[in-house]
Amino acid sequence: MTEKGIGAAVLRREDRRFVTGKGQYVDDLNRAGQAHACFVRSAQAHAEIRKVDVSRAKSAPGVITVLTGEDVAADKLGSLPCGWGITNKDGTAMAEPGWPVLAQGRVRYVGEAIAMVIATTRQGARDAAELVEVDTSPLPVVVQATDAGKKGAPQLHEAAANNQCFDWEIGDRAATDAAIKASAKVVSLDIVNQRLVPNAMEPRAALAEFDTNSGLLTLHCACQAPHAMRLLLGAFVLNQAEHKFRVVAPDVGGGFGSKIPPYAEYAALCWAARRLGQPVKWTSSRSEAFLTDAHGRDHVTRAELGLDKDGRFTALRVSTVANLGAYLSAFGPLIPTYLYATLFAGQYTTPAIHAEVRAMFTNTTPVDAYRGAGRPEATYMLERLVETAARELGMDPAELRRRNFVAADAFPYQTPVALLYDSGDYAGALDKALELADVKGFAKRRAEAAKRGMARGIGYSTPIEATGAAPSAIAGQLGARAGLYESAEVRFNPTGSVTVFSGSHSHGQGHATTFAQIVASTLGVPYENVEVVEGDTARTQFGMGTYGSRSTSVGGSAIVKACDKIIAKGKKIAAHLLEASEGDIEFENGNFTVSGTDRTKNIAEIAFAAYVPHNYPLETLEPGLNEQAFFDPANFNFPYGAYICEVEVDPETGFTRIERFTAIDDVGNVINPLIVHGQVQGGVAQGIGQAMFEQGVYDESGQLLTGSLMDYCLPRADDVPSIDSGLTVTPCPFNPLGVKGCGEMGTIGSTPAVINAILDALKDYGVSDIQMPATPLRVWQAIRNGSAPQAAE
Amino acid sequence: MPTVSMTVNGKEVSAEVETRTLLVQFLRDHIGLTGTHVGCDTSQCGACVVHVDGKALKSCTRLAVQCEGASVTTIEGLAANGALHPMQQAFHENHGLQCGFCTPGMIMSAVDMVERLGNKLDEKTIRQELEGNICRCTGYHNIVKSIAAGAEAMK
Ligand code: FES
Ligand code: FES
Repeated sequence: MTEKGIGAAVLRREDRRFVTGKGQYVDDLNRAGQAHACFVRSAQAHAEIRKVDVSRAKSAPGVITVLTGEDVAADKLGSLPCGWGITNKDGTAMAEPGWPVLAQGRVRYVGEAIAMVIATTRQGARDAAELVEVDTSPLPVVVQATDAGKKGAPQLHEAAANNQCFDWEIGDRAATDAAIKASAKVVSLDIVNQRLVPNAMEPRAALAEFDTNSGLLTLHCACQAPHAMRLLLGAFVLNQAEHKFRVVAPDVGGGFGSKIPPYAEYAALCWAARRLGQPVKWTSSRSEAFLTDAHGRDHVTRAELGLDKDGRFTALRVSTVANLGAYLSAFGPLIPTYLYATLFAGQYTTPAIHAEVRAMFTNTTPVDAYRGAGRPEATYMLERLVETAARELGMDPAELRRRNFVAADAFPYQTPVALLYDSGDYAGALDKALELADVKGFAKRRAEAAKRGMARGIGYSTPIEATGAAPSAIAGQLGARAGLYESAEVRFNPTGSVTVFSGSHSHGQGHATTFAQIVASTLGVPYENVEVVEGDTARTQFGMGTYGSRSTSVGGSAIVKACDKIIAKGKKIAAHLLEASEGDIEFENGNFTVSGTDRTKNIAEIAFAAYVPHNYPLETLEPGLNEQAFFDPANFNFPYGAYICEVEVDPETGFTRIERFTAIDDVGNVINPLIVHGQVQGGVAQGIGQAMFEQGVYDESGQLLTGSLMDYCLPRADDVPSIDSGLTVTPCPFNPLGVKGCGEMGTIGSTPAVINAILDALKDYGVSDIQMPATPLRVWQAIRNGSAPQAAE
Repeated sequence: MPTVSMTVNGKEVSAEVETRTLLVQFLRDHIGLTGTHVGCDTSQCGACVVHVDGKALKSCTRLAVQCEGASVTTIEGLAANGALHPMQQAFHENHGLQCGFCTPGMIMSAVDMVERLGNKLDEKTIRQELEGNICRCTGYHNIVKSIAAGAEAMK
């Protein structure tokens, strides 16, 4: 019965519909009489809107209506909400300027929606959008966060003096300053963690419907957290009560964080459908996605690591300027603060840490979570510093790490930056990685490559991350404006099958399979008898959705909790049927047995008795077998790993190829190894993308130069290697499954390993630093500018 | 508006379309075959790959009217009598998909690859041949494995 339970590499049950083209993504849905929306967007990064003339557009064929910022104001729609507030160093609240659904008076980034054209056909809406005349007068533009605070910089918002959203800090500044001063060695780096565009392959899409009889508004949209979407849009923007508002996220083609926020288009569609009493549909083009999907990263950082004479880390001091874009996206402020600086201890015992982060508004697309969200930025900074220190000290980077690891017997371990690490054996993972990567054989491979004229390098990274957001009480103290538990309902049907409702949402992660495995193991029912339902506020009681690698540890744990309640009730029913006392009933493998006897009832029989209660303790127990649970974790969980990358650089051209990539991850107990490895492989490719290929580039007028897949380089099959991945298992003590998140490790761990490897390959050329992405041009230039004499040849 | 007729997955279909209608829009919006996806507007992603007269084609690069009289196979036409095509089966068995959005295009490209290059495909060939298909989820590792296995199974 448990052959498809926890730990088994079960093939995914959701595959069949996808490989046959029967997936149902939002753009695949259509409704009778639906209208189509097209957004008129700002072509300027910063401008005063003088007039929006919609008269020609309104009279174009097939046009139903054209709505603008004035209509938004007249209908009193709220501002797009921010889900996390940050407190400044001085105790004041962050600046929180509003973000109207359609621009009012001013536009602040290229792509900002100014008007919405609604027509009977998609093409008709697009054609009419061309006829909307927007009269603007341009304003000066600022795109770099490091320029935004300068004197005389163009000001974006009245509510944000000097374009500053917040100026925040964490850790002990005095202790850190003193420890840095007393260090035998200080290593420092200036790091740009470049802007990335998430690019889930399915563009965002939405279909809104309004039932004028019942007043029910239904939004189908490509999102990661349908209940959160309903809560934020309904309460803050649309004034639509939740019992009259249903959000459905059907098949969703990837998210990576970019499908969390309650975007303007979704609010606009709901509003239009409600006004018109007619379904309205919109699907983003890729070009629109580049301009309007929340971007990721975009930090400029100065970091210093102090070491004593034995190579022990004494202190870490970090100062970061983060670019939030033109407006506050839903979790924009959270990313460069609590998801970033709290990770600065890494896997190490650094005793003193201080970080300060200034977050700035600029005339660019708003920035929010992108796979890893803050943790890749932290890990990149730290792992680059560690490897730089090793190089400068002439130490083996593995040895330097080992010397500073939190020891396996030191858990739970309190870091100086707020987190309590749960469990781990960091040296164990590193040892395994060294072996799998055949580091012993590297010198030979390097020599062999040199004979071919190639520079071969090896780079390490030992990442840790915090997943499973979050203990709600802690999150609340830190500024969260929502709870962060997850909910589940486990419903036995009368004839023994089970329907599981989860508040998580799968957009590639395979929950329908994984969650069914969990239930099969926990309740001892056949895997095939378990169905998983997600993504519909009308079916699932509540949920916070999927992001931050939280689904199995938080959502899966909620399912276990509901299963436990099923078992507890089942024992009562079994005791009645078996004429024994409840305390004597044991549950194992789906059977309720009177302890020490062979008198037993299986769980399907119990379920039947619960729904057909002819012989049932009705005076003390309700019929039915259907339990709900909310799980709010006591702590985050802390997956970690050891990554080793080997590259070859052609010094003539700068062309770099990853020859080997080894990823050892510890994600606690594993429910489905097939899926875990898949998550790591996909994550690694995205991390390699940041290291070598991807960059969102604005020119000084605020135009996104990398606005299509022709200009923004997503890794293709031939750009990335096969991944040698392996697992170690250190269960997490803070959830019943003992699991840790696995969705982001690959992205977090791989980027520094790649850059460290490239720098190792280039060390003989006198190159000690390179900015991302390390394109052939940058690598070639670095070699040319390097201090080694042969570089000038 | 012109009427365009073609054979899609063995069935005669025809519809009145605006001349500017792309083949992918014709398939999705006019005859309701939504398995072929649109992932970009610059012909980069390959989510829209179908077979036209036996050859793989990005269906966002061709007007429907250019396909008058053509024979088109989409992802929906690959499984015969309810049994998965060996390439579809291989993607399933090798976890060659996550969100599934790129998958139809990947599978259609893969089948074309095998038809052109035979059943023995090494990793390097597969990776190079996939230059027109982007996947953001899998890191390609399992897609490459799927295609090698699917190619074998297509013998
Ligand atoms: S839709 Fe992207 S290539 Fe056709
Ligand atoms: S499986 Fe999601 S894009 Fe390939």
